[in-house]
Amino acid sequence: MHHLIREIEQKYLPQDIPEFRVGDTVRVHLKVKEGEKERTQIFEGLVIRIRGSGLGKTFTVRKVSYGVGMERIFPIACPSIQKIEVVKRGIVRRAKLYYVRNLKGKAAKIRELKEWEIKKRAQESEAAKESNGQS
Amino acid sequence: MPKGIIGKKIGMTRVFINGKAIPVTVIQAGPCFVTYLRTKDKDGYEAVALAYGERKEKNTPKPLLAIFKKANIKPARVIKEFPLKEGETLQLGQEIRVEQVFEKGDLVDITGKSKGRGFTSVMKRWDFAGFPKSHGHRYHRAVGSIGCRTEPGRVWKTKRMAGHYGNETITVLGLEVVDIIPEKNVILVKGSVPGAPNSIVFLKSSVIAERRKGKLKLQKSKAAYAQT
Repeated sequence: MHHLIREIEQKYLPQDIPEFRVGDTVRVHLKVKEGEKERTQIFEGLVIRIRGSGLGKTFTVRKVSYGVGMERIFPIACPSIQKIEVVKRGIVRRAKLYYVRNLKGKAAKIRELKEWEIKKRAQESEAAKESNGQS
Repeated sequence: MPKGIIGKKIGMTRVFINGKAIPVTVIQAGPCFVTYLRTKDKDGYEAVALAYGERKEKNTPKPLLAIFKKANIKPARVIKEFPLKEGETLQLGQEIRVEQVFEKGDLVDITGKSKGRGFTSVMKRWDFAGFPKSHGHRYHRAVGSIGCRTEPGRVWKTKRMAGHYGNETITVLGLEVVDIIPEKNVILVKGSVPGAPNSIVFLKSSVIAERRKGKLKLQKSKAAYAQT
């Protein structure tokens, strides 16, 4: 993609998006309009997919409520997202976690990152950013 | 100021404005330079020619080079005439920028050369429906019948058939200006624009802004984008 488009997208991208990956558990705070009133709705679940880049980036959050699996796709720059919180950092070996759709209960659990692993991951992403900046 | 500007199509993306995702085309428009002026006395009409892009001096034809020299500007890739806004005058060699020509919420007509598609069959070129893919059919994407029998005994003129498609000049009318970023000479226009990325496009203030429905559209677009 053209560098100019990248630069322009920076202007429109929200600045306060936390870094999260597939396998993490996030809480998405959404503005919901009901008639005149506005309230915040929280959607918490596992990130099973991140696709696209820039303003077109979206992520899919899956949760199981009352035994029914539910997935929502959010554009990362969506203005009705107030806040994204990262609840848990998970360790996965796949970019798309479609396989969890077929799993239930304990089998659907994702191993959580330990403290030192979280630190290591943060360092890695820092390093990646730096090398990107240089090239 | 002229009623238009020359630009280069960069590509598409989307922006979120007023809670809505808007598909936009990114166009790098200008800076252009005034190359020559047409006047009522001499030429019978008022216009200004703008130059855009870069070209090496050795690749420029001598007569063109003389024109550029006269305006005291560097050799450019394209020259195009635009009508002038009422009661304004310009100097030769003057720099024209996007933000001087358009503002947010304006309607623009964009002319470009569409992507060449070569020799194309009727389904792609004229949106013919074609024939079934299965149920014993061995005839899928071809034209079918192209006429009647002894009456009229020939194929009608302008009958839509396969042939060269694309690589033609196309103008799209009344696109809304979503945003202008002066420091990057960039204009964001709602919707798609003919041509491949990096191709030259001409932006003109829209002819539909004078029409009844165009006026409504202009009002709406001003309300949506002028404040952002």
